[in-house]
Amino acid sequence: MTPGIENRLLRIDHLSKEFTLHHLQRKIRGCEEISFTVNHGEFVGITGKSGSGKSTILKSIYRTYLPQRGEILYDSEAFGEIDLSKASEQEIIYLRQYEIGYVSQFLRTMPRTTAKAIVEKAVLEMGHSQAVAEKETAAILSHFELDEALWDVYPQNFSGGEKLRLNVAAAMIKKPRLLLLDEPTASLDEHNKAKVRELIEKLKVDGTTMLGIFHDLEFMQGLVDKQFNMDQGGFI
Amino acid sequence: MSKAIQEKVLIVRNLTRQFGEGCEKCRSNPGTLERNYCPHCQTIYATREVSFDLYRGEILGIVGESGSGKSTLVRTLYFDQEATEGEAFLMDFEEGRENILKVSSQQKRYLRDYLLGMVYQNPFLGLKMKFSALSNVAEKLIAAGGRHVGTMTDRAHELLDVVTIEDYRRKDAPENFSGGMQQRVQIAKALSNNPPVLFLDEVTTGLDLSVQANVLDLIKEIQRNLGISMVIVSHDLGVIRMLADRTLVMLDGRVIEAGLTDQILEDPQHPYTQKLVQSLL
Repeated sequence: MTPGIENRLLRIDHLSKEFTLHHLQRKIRGCEEISFTVNHGEFVGITGKSGSGKSTILKSIYRTYLPQRGEILYDSEAFGEIDLSKASEQEIIYLRQYEIGYVSQFLRTMPRTTAKAIVEKAVLEMGHSQAVAEKETAAILSHFELDEALWDVYPQNFSGGEKLRLNVAAAMIKKPRLLLLDEPTASLDEHNKAKVRELIEKLKVDGTTMLGIFHDLEFMQGLVDKQFNMDQGGFI
Repeated sequence: MSKAIQEKVLIVRNLTRQFGEGCEKCRSNPGTLERNYCPHCQTIYATREVSFDLYRGEILGIVGESGSGKSTLVRTLYFDQEATEGEAFLMDFEEGRENILKVSSQQKRYLRDYLLGMVYQNPFLGLKMKFSALSNVAEKLIAAGGRHVGTMTDRAHELLDVVTIEDYRRKDAPENFSGGMQQRVQIAKALSNNPPVLFLDEVTTGLDLSVQANVLDLIKEIQRNLGISMVIVSHDLGVIRMLADRTLVMLDGRVIEAGLTDQILEDPQHPYTQKLVQSLL
């Protein structure tokens, strides 16, 4: 299949992001003049040293960061082509709920919410019933071999690997159109990496487009369709 | 295309509340103000040209230090204080065509009784301290047109169930309640008329942490189950982070920054917001 314009899901064009730290009166570079495209169904990987600006790109796409220049054109199901760097907050909230998922190595959840409730909420947000949510949650938590004894526990004192698996489960269960993976295997052992890999492969078959950043080059092998390497805020 | 987006329930434009007449200097060039005070005419701007939209079912956070004008803002919208200038439109009132800041006092009373709810930091402002918890809720039900005693009592019990006030305390007066219980009764009272819009003004300030957690969980639960739109004012970014999808940051009576809450926290733009985020524990 030759990827044409109609096949493009995401096009990043001259994206630049810097941070102004007012108290230090300094500017810090995030990423500079980044351009690339991601086609429907593709898995694109970005590699590079820590601090090279990989996360900046992902967070700009998710709008946790506000980029200064450039365009992030996303071919949305609900709105057609939309520039994520300029879309309204309501549009972004909608897209986060229905189309774009984000997995990071850090668990940021509502306090006093059980592991099960976190994943169920992701399903409920999509408009499914409580029964469906419970069924799918049980399935995915079993897949990730999260001990059933932990399902009704607040995940604050989970181990790094358990938190990450929970994070990945909550994002993957929504089968988003575009999934952003911010080092999703950072603190996992080989066994759990294989679990994540299995699910990524499954999502790919189901048509989820993915953009991921990885330290772990080995993990990416045979999984990604395209790969970019970053250094000092730009692609090499 | 835009059907995917929730509709607006409240639109606020250029809301200003000032003490003093204002003069040529501060009206033409707000830069002459010292914070929110005009040294030439001694006018104080409690809020200055504040605009925002509130969408159906969302929680909008307003954060800022004491004196930034955030409480004045919601109190003006609840008619506790009078706006000097500006417009506010409530979709559930005259289909959003009337500026609610300029309607008659009779209509304002209707708006408060039927369409708006308010929970104050100080429970003395929201409750009659010597009346029972039940009567406090019933009072608002009567104001909202309730006439049948049995139905109103049932409804009051239902609401006190929601906010988990034990049965055996319901005939007691809130003056004998703990701070957390008083807030929960206030919330029950504010919810009684099923308002499409609820204002919450520093509702957890001054409560100890575990009680604060209960009240925050309750607010989240109410939003999830009842789909009420809320404006929550707090100086505590932790509270805002937990509850609000979107956040406005206020300083010296003005909105200096607005955005998705995670963006405000991770990529704050304004020097004051950066300072605020860095102060977060």
